[in-house]
Amino acid sequence: MDKVLKINESVEKSIINLLKFLLESKKINGVFTLRKLYDNDSVGYSLITDVSELDNAVPFYPLMTANAGKILSHFTQKKPIKKPIAAVLRPCELRAFVELVKREQGSLENFLFISSSCGGVFPIKTVEPDKYISNYWDTVKNADISADIRPTCKACEYFTPYNADITVSLIGEKKLDKECRIFLNTDKANKIVKGFTGEMLEEKLESSEISSLLDKRKTEKKKLFDEIHIEDLGLEGMVEVFGKCIGCHVCSRVCPICYCILCDFESATYDYSQYDYEKELHKKGGLRLPPDTIFFQIGRLTHMSFSCVGCGMCTDVCPVDIPVAAIFQKTGEETRQLFDYLPGKDVEEKIPVMIFKEEEFTELGE
Amino acid sequence: MKEQFTPKIVGFLCNWCSYAGADLAGSAKLEILPSLTVIRVMCSSRIDSNLVLTTLLLGADGILIAGCHPGDCHYEKGNYYARRRFALLRKVVETLKIDPERLQLSWVSASEGKRYAEVVNQFTDKIRKLGPNPIQTNPYL
Ligand code: SF4
Ligand code: SF4
Ligand code: FES
Repeated sequence: MDKVLKINESVEKSIINLLKFLLESKKINGVFTLRKLYDNDSVGYSLITDVSELDNAVPFYPLMTANAGKILSHFTQKKPIKKPIAAVLRPCELRAFVELVKREQGSLENFLFISSSCGGVFPIKTVEPDKYISNYWDTVKNADISADIRPTCKACEYFTPYNADITVSLIGEKKLDKECRIFLNTDKANKIVKGFTGEMLEEKLESSEISSLLDKRKTEKKKLFDEIHIEDLGLEGMVEVFGKCIGCHVCSRVCPICYCILCDFESATYDYSQYDYEKELHKKGGLRLPPDTIFFQIGRLTHMSFSCVGCGMCTDVCPVDIPVAAIFQKTGEETRQLFDYLPGKDVEEKIPVMIFKEEEFTELGE
Repeated sequence: MKEQFTPKIVGFLCNWCSYAGADLAGSAKLEILPSLTVIRVMCSSRIDSNLVLTTLLLGADGILIAGCHPGDCHYEKGNYYARRRFALLRKVVETLKIDPERLQLSWVSASEGKRYAEVVNQFTDKIRKLGPNPIQTNPYL
């Protein structure tokens, strides 16, 4: 059984009040959360230190404007934050952050992580997301999959968080407009909520609703993978799928795992000289421009697919609607299995390419 | 008789074992098929997957990575890392169904001239059966 604090307000109100309480009592110095930015309903991540600003916070608004793991890495890359901050983020964002910390691209120090069981997010391109929001919350209450969320969210099996101090229970919470259950997973969480009004209970996050959503997501995942028929892609298929790629590399820019400041593929290493063009033309009699689209993606898949958290940012931003995330999720599933690895689960576990076992893969080396 | 196809294979050989092994095979005048273009690297762990991929996508019919036997790497553990990375690369290529058979990892020590010749000849035979890399004629890559 886990320690649970039950608060008699809607989820959003409860969390905002909790954050206000933590700020006012100086237990934390700032909040990282989604916030309404202008009157036109746009939403984005913000750092907040002023209590009154929290009135505009929308901690569980179903939109991921950037993978929060990437943002948190940016400001903890050089050194850890000095004063405690509460960060509200989704399970895949927290996992992405942990993956970056493993790569010495950030620090978990001084964070209070608040995450939730997650119903997924809308694609960023959704026009007027507010229109879809009440339907979204209905599906969350019923542990269903909203038709309006990202394809990768529909297929995500890891919708309860790892490494969160506090887990806000959303999936299957029929009364989330009136009450809120927060799970206190760590000592830090238990200490910090002292003094905040609510009823202490002992409960479990796992529920029949969560298992039923897991089953539905698994079915969706199969559908998603079948759609891209990766099983029989082959070279021709890859060329076809990425045929419309414009080579903007935005998919890697927004990816939390692709952290390299100077990506190998952006460097001059693989630039074609005139000689290279001539050589290729001599061989083939034609050449696609810009070249190396497939190389870029297969190279990335080899470098980082085992750490892909399936956040779906890449598909979301691709200007020509290539299902990048589905391909990374599927390939990632395979490469993860190879090393029995789950990205972002345990910060102490090394990334697979940094370690080896002497007795493994002995079938290789013919 | 139809001329037999001689594959173009790129071999990344580690300096301390496999390259020396190749040398030995040469000075012993062993028969080796003329299919391999050798690139000497200091250790098998030097080989980033991008090197292999770019070689494959530029049309090499096969790629051989050869290093010291496990436990014998001159940088102690390099070939263990290389093996893991090779497994990873193979898995990606396999998942995408892009001829994983065109990639091979072999261990050849400095004293194994004979083994070197065998590895090259056998791999060449295998690639011959696979035929030329279809990438060579695909203008849309
Ligand atoms: S975002 Fe889309 S178009 Fe741009 S590089 Fe990635 S796959 Fe290609
Ligand atoms: S590859 Fe795509 S889905 Fe995977 S972590 Fe990067 S942005 Fe997210
Ligand atoms: S030195 Fe030969 S494999 Fe490392």
